[in-house]
Amino acid sequence: MTDAYSQLTTADGRPLKAALAAAQARARRRAFLLVAPLLLFVVVTFILPIGQMLQRSVYHDGFSNSAPALGEWFSSHPDGSDFDESAYAALASDLALMKKDKTAGEAGTRINYTVPGTRSLFTSSARGADKLEPPYKEALLALDAKWGEPVIWQAMREASSPWTSDFYLIATDRQRTADGGIERVPENERIYLWLFGKTFILSGVITFLCLILAFPIAHLLATLPMSKSNLLMILVLLPFWTSLLVRTTSWIVLLQGQGVVNNILVSLGVIGDDGRITMIYNQTGTIIVMTHILLPFMVLPLYSVMRTIKPSYARAARSLGATSWTTFRRIYLPQTLPGIGAGALLTFILAVGYYITPALVGGADGQLISNLIQFHMSKSNWSLAAALSAMLLAGVLVLYWLYDRLVGIDKLKLG
Amino acid sequence: MQDDLPIHGETRVTTEARNDDFVVFDHVQKSYDGVSLVVKDLNLNIGKGEFLTMLGPSGSGKTTCLMMLAGFETATHGEIRLDGRNINLVPPHKRGIGMVFQNYALFPHMTVGENLAFPLEVRGMGKDEREAKIRRALDMVQMGAFANRRPAQLSGGQQQRIALARALVFDPALVLMDEPLGALDKQLREHMQFEIKHLHESLGITVVYVTHDQGEALTMSDRVAVFNDGKIQQLGPPSDLYERPDNSFVAQFIGENNKLPGTIEELSGDKALVRLGTGELIDATPVNVTAKGQKTLVSIRPERVEFKPEMMPAGAHMIDATVLEVIYMGDILRVRLRVAGSDDFVMKMRNTLGQTKLSPGQQIKVGWHPADARALDPM
Repeated sequence: MTDAYSQLTTADGRPLKAALAAAQARARRRAFLLVAPLLLFVVVTFILPIGQMLQRSVYHDGFSNSAPALGEWFSSHPDGSDFDESAYAALASDLALMKKDKTAGEAGTRINYTVPGTRSLFTSSARGADKLEPPYKEALLALDAKWGEPVIWQAMREASSPWTSDFYLIATDRQRTADGGIERVPENERIYLWLFGKTFILSGVITFLCLILAFPIAHLLATLPMSKSNLLMILVLLPFWTSLLVRTTSWIVLLQGQGVVNNILVSLGVIGDDGRITMIYNQTGTIIVMTHILLPFMVLPLYSVMRTIKPSYARAARSLGATSWTTFRRIYLPQTLPGIGAGALLTFILAVGYYITPALVGGADGQLISNLIQFHMSKSNWSLAAALSAMLLAGVLVLYWLYDRLVGIDKLKLG
Repeated sequence: MQDDLPIHGETRVTTEARNDDFVVFDHVQKSYDGVSLVVKDLNLNIGKGEFLTMLGPSGSGKTTCLMMLAGFETATHGEIRLDGRNINLVPPHKRGIGMVFQNYALFPHMTVGENLAFPLEVRGMGKDEREAKIRRALDMVQMGAFANRRPAQLSGGQQQRIALARALVFDPALVLMDEPLGALDKQLREHMQFEIKHLHESLGITVVYVTHDQGEALTMSDRVAVFNDGKIQQLGPPSDLYERPDNSFVAQFIGENNKLPGTIEELSGDKALVRLGTGELIDATPVNVTAKGQKTLVSIRPERVEFKPEMMPAGAHMIDATVLEVIYMGDILRVRLRVAGSDDFVMKMRNTLGQTKLSPGQQIKVGWHPADARALDPM
């Protein structure tokens, strides 16, 4: 049958398929030209930065660039080799090079990421590196006994190649042992995984609160007559038109120790003047303010799905003998699932990466992973920030994949 | 809660004989805004096993009445009784009334089988009994092979059948249908009319059917209640409504109708002589006119108009008419005439062998049997 079709020709004998392709080529070219600017924009502002970020998380040439001799020594001496005179000679020549090029700080910073407190080792050693005499081992050990520590040599070996998994190790609270193995960092130094967990749990709580608050409002919006629901919709959207900073600082005004809420509670006698509730600059503050800010992202997808559910479904269920609760549970709720899924996914993804609000109202215990990413960026540890961001991205993609498996992306309705 | 119904050979066990007030609307009024009444003092008795149609234009209050009976709207005043019991305060899910909706309202996230299982599950019925009933209901509408499909995979007509099966699967004694065939094409609609009618007869259920399609009302119903302006204009069997409309609204709403305005010239018993605006005299049967000199609107069905003097009863008046147009419609010929100054008087002639040929411009005389012309209230 397909053969018969492929042999079809136009009136003048051209194959039908070729004629069709030629006839549509012009329209296709024009369509592509129309989307080309957007495509270019997305590539430049989205795909390239993300690629850059992913690359930075596994690439750091701060040490490998300024220590060519050591790089050569490490590549010719496999893991487990003795650090003999030749190794120290390479180190001495690299330190001299660092002094000349003024790159000791950069190289030290790179090693410092994996072995904290080693940056000064490089800067101070490089200062007198050009005056070192052989045997270099004794000379360097005399300069600083730390040069004999296998952990530092292990770190230098790892850093001698610009491609590294070090930053992912750090981001998952792990470190290299002196013999090249991998272990978890001491318990009191584990922060990242814990913060990831906390970020996901807090985002989950915020998403849940948003869902609970948004569901009735969305239902009301979807069932009220148009004139009333429009007004309500404006109220829902109002926060969108207000600056995020203004909204966040308004919450500070409301929730702080001498704030409106506490003052009212004190004047009503619910709490004593000395028993003012701490609702801001902590986890509670983060949850309250972020729930408020993310609420519209839950309301809108829910509303758009609920608007399409005809009231006759509920009526049919009631007439068939279902109580109002059964009608809600078995007829209404299942039909809102695409909206719940879209709203929850949207809210959760936004919450997981939220930065300004926790930074402003989170205090010490209300900080999320993005605040730490920002912290590392401000300290110019781009690679660690990139590794943490990549992990966050991976987590969100896993969620997206799960959603696709459970609900189906094609059912996603964002409004 | 359910009555035992005779389905597929089961014996009917009824505790009472057929009663004529299975459903009763007793002085029911309904207002949505507290200013105007949508339903004005409705009194209606529906017998057990009856097929009653509420017919009317949109906004006439018929759907509101159905919704009050189903329990989705509350009556502002009056009482609705089902099988002798006041159901004003009974919530919809405890009324045990099956309902078919205009847009079918099949649950889109459930298969056909699950849709039908729903009313049985909420009644706590066991799995085996449920499946037997679902099978029976699906077979009843010839959809036995579709239990595992989703509603979206079915055509409009198939969805309609499933909606019907779902409303019947839990054996309700009363089934309400809210313009159930409105979304179907003409041919399918006519087919479904017969199927619904047959189901009604074979199951012995009471059906209250709402439609704005008078053809549907005439072909299906035992009785039709014609609604307009929140009131029942006429209640009766289809033939009564068509042949003996009580007022101008019913005459005009049901079937095609010629209207001749005039004044009562003579009134004696069941005969009336009406003088038309242009001076001619015609015969009519007085319906809601009571005195000489009263204004009236005479209504004559197009198929009852005659133009051959030999077909007219003795002494009957005939008036002048000019043929304006002859439309060939296959089974009939539709002739538009100018009668008494009006250009839209219609006469229908059977397309028989040897039928007189009329042509535009021809002068003829038309008349009718006095019983076929009804002198009604002027509109």
